[in-house]
Amino acid sequence: MADKRLSLDDLVGELRSGMTIGIGGWGSRRKPMAAIRALLRSELSDLTVVSYGGPDVGLLCAAGKVKKVVFGFVTLDSIPTDPHFKVARQTGAIEAMEIDEGMFYLGLLAASQRVPFLPTRAGLGSDVLRVNPALRTVTSPYDDAEELVAMPALRLDAALVHVNRADASGSGQILGPDPFFDELFLGAADRRFVTTERIIDTQQFASEGPLHTMCISRLLTDGVVETPGGAHFTACVPDYQRDEEFQKAYVAAASGRDEWAAFEERYLAVDESDYQAATRADAPDRAAPARGGSK
Amino acid sequence: MTESPDAAGTPPVSRAEFCAIACAEVFRGDGEVMASAFGTAPALGARLARLTFAPDLVLTDGDAALVHGAPALGAPPSTLVLESHMPYRKVFDVVWSGRRNLIMMASQIDRTGNQNISAIGDWVRPKAQLVGVRGAPGNTVNHSTSYWVPNHSTRSFVKQVDVVCGVGYARAAASGAATSRYHEIRHVISNLGVFDFESPGKVMRIRSVHPGVTVDDIIEATGFELVVPHDVAETRIPTPGELDLIRNVLDPRGLRDREVRG
Repeated sequence: MADKRLSLDDLVGELRSGMTIGIGGWGSRRKPMAAIRALLRSELSDLTVVSYGGPDVGLLCAAGKVKKVVFGFVTLDSIPTDPHFKVARQTGAIEAMEIDEGMFYLGLLAASQRVPFLPTRAGLGSDVLRVNPALRTVTSPYDDAEELVAMPALRLDAALVHVNRADASGSGQILGPDPFFDELFLGAADRRFVTTERIIDTQQFASEGPLHTMCISRLLTDGVVETPGGAHFTACVPDYQRDEEFQKAYVAAASGRDEWAAFEERYLAVDESDYQAATRADAPDRAAPARGGSK
Repeated sequence: MTESPDAAGTPPVSRAEFCAIACAEVFRGDGEVMASAFGTAPALGARLARLTFAPDLVLTDGDAALVHGAPALGAPPSTLVLESHMPYRKVFDVVWSGRRNLIMMASQIDRTGNQNISAIGDWVRPKAQLVGVRGAPGNTVNHSTSYWVPNHSTRSFVKQVDVVCGVGYARAAASGAATSRYHEIRHVISNLGVFDFESPGKVMRIRSVHPGVTVDDIIEATGFELVVPHDVAETRIPTPGELDLIRNVLDPRGLRDREVRG
């Protein structure tokens, strides 16, 4: 089997400015934050970001990496909105494609299945059709003749997702209660990257969780990167909960230029291992990330 | 303003408790449907309905599961008994099958029941970016939807919402049969009263006022013309059994009074 292990730098090296990049997870849950931080340190720009949005979207907006966001929401869950995304929208710094979160799912599914669109009732009658004039409807060819929204495929140049465990050949295991739409982000993308708390031997999957947790097959992955704590500060259960204190500090830092500069210097201008060390220094009680396999 | 204590010295029914009972009424008559409820009064209402007049309701744990029974607000996850897996991808199966009844929040709502949680001002460059349309467009054209507005004012009850997320009656009718086929905006519950669309033009009507609130209070706090029936009812008083469930079983920590005061 192919060994698909990469470093974060290798992963970023596979990406180009102007790409459309899908990001897995949901809100402030199981986001591939180590990969996002690596992206923030890169020269990449002009990205179209497709995300069930959380702080991934906010951080990329704050760094000026974003041309356009495709979203149904951007939320930090325990805090309703992301401050940087708000500013980006309110200053007109980014383009937006705002769609119903179910339409979003169908767009990824259509791309995964290589069909141009999938029909849905979602969006009908709402301003989703007004603010996205490129969206079309389709009339059922059967007797009902219902007119439905034709949700176009959301094709991605690259997808980034974060899972609890993976093996070197890129099979992934999600141990938390919700796999979200990670499988579809990978299916919709040309270049597919999985970051993981821990790379384990394939034989170990079964002792980590039942068969249905082994939900990302290597058919869907091109590269796998071990990034312990790689979803921080978003939740990555059962390995760790959301770091609510850090998230509050992230929001507070967005309130002023100096505050944000200090946050950037301490957490974003450093490499991933220094980031992890800095966050551990902030909260000595927080368990060390999963290398070594705490459960 | 609220009901007097009874002979046994039970404290009067609070405004938040009237809101909870009004939210519970949204689920009356429902069989086995998934009750989704955002906000404290709706969460309390769904649980109360499940324990009383809508025993077949299916509640969620707020994460990725359906939960057995009706746990108290804020119950630790480890104490919940789960009955089924319900990750987001399966939630869409439920939404699009119509087996759901939902109370969601509205930053703005208008006379025909359009709802906005996306943005205030011009969508292209909003004055205030809110959370986003979320599932509101799909929800409202697939299953019964009601709204909860804890701060009734002319800022929330507006002539025309800035971005139509949840689809109201006029928009559903104008959009055609595929839109209106499964569309129903059942109730709008605010801290002042309960509203519905059971009027000739399917425009918002006062269904009941919470005790202690007058029709004039509501008219003054509303940015459009409401249909006002000749005899406006008062929101019903919870039974002693319902009050006991609210106070001692479902919300012993009194979270409801932090959302709505008085």
